[in-house]
Amino acid sequence: MAHQHDASTYYVPEQSKLPLITAFAMFLTVYGLGSWFNNVSAGPFLFASGFLLMAGVMFAWFSAVIKENLAGLNNAQLKRSYVWGMGWFIFSEVMFFAAFFGALFYVRVISLPELGTANNSELLWGGFKPDWPLMTTPDMAVKGEAAKHLGPEGNMSNPGILGWLSWLPFWNTVILLTSSFTVHFAHTALKKHNKKQFNIWLGVTVFLGICFLILQIEEYVHAYQELGLTLHSGIYGATFFMLTGFHGAHVTIGTFMLLVMLLRSVLKGHFKHDDCFGFEAASWYWHFVDVVWLGLFIFVYILS
Amino acid sequence: MAHGPAKGLTRWLYTTNHKDIGSMYLWFSFAMFFLGGIFALVIRAELFEPGLQIVQPEFFNQMTTMHGLVMVFGAVMPAFVGLANWMVPMMIGAPDMALPRMNNLSFWILPFAFAMLASTLFMEGGGPNFGWTFYAPLSTTYAPPSVTFFIFAIHIMGASSIMGAINIIATILNMRAPGMTLMKMPLFVWTWLITAYLLIAVMPVLAGAVTMMLMDIHFGTSFFDAAGGGDPVLFQHVFWFFGHPEVYIMILPAFGVVSAIIPTFARKPLFGYSSMVYATAAIAILSFMVWAHHMFTVGLPFIGEWVFMIATMAIAVPTGVKVFNWVTTMYKGALTFETPMLFSIAFVILFTIGGFSGLMLAIAPADFQYHDTYFVVAHFHYVLVPGAIFSITAAVYYWLPKWCGRMYDEVLGKTHFWLAFIGLNLTFFPMHFSGLAGMPRRIPDYNPLFANWNMLSSVGAFLFGAAQVLFLYIVIRAIVSGRKATDQVWEGAHGLEWTVPSPAPYHTFTTPPKVD
Repeated sequence: MAHQHDASTYYVPEQSKLPLITAFAMFLTVYGLGSWFNNVSAGPFLFASGFLLMAGVMFAWFSAVIKENLAGLNNAQLKRSYVWGMGWFIFSEVMFFAAFFGALFYVRVISLPELGTANNSELLWGGFKPDWPLMTTPDMAVKGEAAKHLGPEGNMSNPGILGWLSWLPFWNTVILLTSSFTVHFAHTALKKHNKKQFNIWLGVTVFLGICFLILQIEEYVHAYQELGLTLHSGIYGATFFMLTGFHGAHVTIGTFMLLVMLLRSVLKGHFKHDDCFGFEAASWYWHFVDVVWLGLFIFVYILS
Repeated sequence: MAHGPAKGLTRWLYTTNHKDIGSMYLWFSFAMFFLGGIFALVIRAELFEPGLQIVQPEFFNQMTTMHGLVMVFGAVMPAFVGLANWMVPMMIGAPDMALPRMNNLSFWILPFAFAMLASTLFMEGGGPNFGWTFYAPLSTTYAPPSVTFFIFAIHIMGASSIMGAINIIATILNMRAPGMTLMKMPLFVWTWLITAYLLIAVMPVLAGAVTMMLMDIHFGTSFFDAAGGGDPVLFQHVFWFFGHPEVYIMILPAFGVVSAIIPTFARKPLFGYSSMVYATAAIAILSFMVWAHHMFTVGLPFIGEWVFMIATMAIAVPTGVKVFNWVTTMYKGALTFETPMLFSIAFVILFTIGGFSGLMLAIAPADFQYHDTYFVVAHFHYVLVPGAIFSITAAVYYWLPKWCGRMYDEVLGKTHFWLAFIGLNLTFFPMHFSGLAGMPRRIPDYNPLFANWNMLSSVGAFLFGAAQVLFLYIVIRAIVSGRKATDQVWEGAHGLEWTVPSPAPYHTFTTPPKVD
């Protein structure tokens, strides 16, 4: 660094190549994905290149930020900027899920009943019954098995409270709720200067996250192979996979974030009781993912 | 940060400086303004006379779509982010934006996103042709293959907006100089803080909407397909839940700009500062409760029409507070009419006209007549052109001396104003009449009944376009050879940004100023 910097002033970083490369990597990723979806042969390659570049540049970016903090460049005010940043990023994620929850509520409460009961519905979709979960799509009510959107043969609905012990979503709820506690225990241990317990509880959280993901994959395989519940099977399948799929993607990201924090703690000895923003940000994200799951469990699984 | 900018191109590519990034945003949006303007002129050239003369209907649809998308996401929004980048840190006494590297990322996503969006015009099947509101199933079942790239362009420019908004919030809430309490902040900072919240709340919803489109197009879901149990109207609800706050995203910072300029040239403090803050917040909150007024004719239940009509009309109250305050600020002021003030006064008058036509559209039973006519086109161009565009223009004239240290030519500036003022009214005022007479929007050909109004509109549009070329010349001339500006620049200007030299040093307020 060309000049001395101390923590009395706000640290404004020097010029950096990282943002431009990140923007290019984002472009390459989505351009590759778009080409892939339109059956351009170079698509998957472009996507993979963009994704790898993105991973590399994010690694470099986070390394730079961590080094700056370890070098004592970040004063309390700068750390608050990171807190605001992560907090409002999570809020934006909440709104992203709100779009899909909104779609689910709208379909269940307004548009699907309308399809079965409106004045012209007998004419358009004769014999269609707006039940939820939607097993017979309007298309099927008219065309039978020749329909484009074939409903599922089985669904994920609530088997009644007595059947919960053999119901996978219930165990996923238990796992994820437990993991929110374990990540909190890790935080408490860190506050009490107990790095060993911190590592153990964080490790348990990561383990629970992986368990959740394995069960989620198990559920998807079950849905696709045994229930015929797919993205193609009408609005029930669409909302089910969209909500649980994006949630699963966020659990994957959250687990990865916590795993990185664990590795930083174990291998590099990072995090002190009063300096652990990376971990705290990851744990807020984890709590957010947990709250979204509760919404899913209630509105996608129980009330169906 | 002891030193000045880096040399050469890397200064711009790798910069972390809020002033550099602000300049890049402003030049980018200027470029997009001309690109979107060219699309508009293709539309107006085709509509100069009835019949098909210049372009095919398929291409005409691509022009209306791309004109809207480029102007909304490429011209107006980045211009306001550019102004925020330049002015917010200087107005609150901060050394830079809170997260300077992410700031540069927010900018550099945009050239990539718009290159991808513009390239769809050259793809097989043409570019997006379903209007900037991209209603399903037109944008899903019946869309050209390039829609996939349109979707991903929206995704990444949305990411850019969210990161930009987070940065602005962190800056305003965390970086104010000691003594700069919230209720001492300039109104431009307040309006941007509220706008940033709107952005974080609705850009993810837009991402959700285009993601559902993507799934419907490529993965066989049926969100917007009644055959599978979905509903095309669902798209409209999700889109307008984003779309209505979006129009306030494009106008709230404009309110902030005008609230800075009018007191300066009236030589009086802004009338009713705190009511301005509360009115801005009220408009922002109401903007989440009115989205279905875009959908009155889609078949909402009566209670829905009624609720959305009343909520929409309620917005006139805080907006009226603002207009009252601007007018009262000017009342008995020592007014002078430099170019920024001319644009600001035109803003107050013409934006109010756009507001009144908005009230007409808010009346649900009347809207059944106006819906999808040129009356709607007239309405939203009256709030966006003399609203958003005029305020951005006013802001450029007002702050350019602070940015580059040189004055623009006042005679040329006033010429620009009058050409733009006449051109804009000539373009959009006749649309009220052609719309009320029944001319539908988004059509390349029309009943000869509407010929006179359309010819006037087209003449006005080319005049307005020419005025903007003059604007470009004025800006470049000021930067290259304008006479030196003083630090204060304007006799009646107050605020931290006027206490630093002109041009503003590369790093301002490395140690925070004391605000009383």
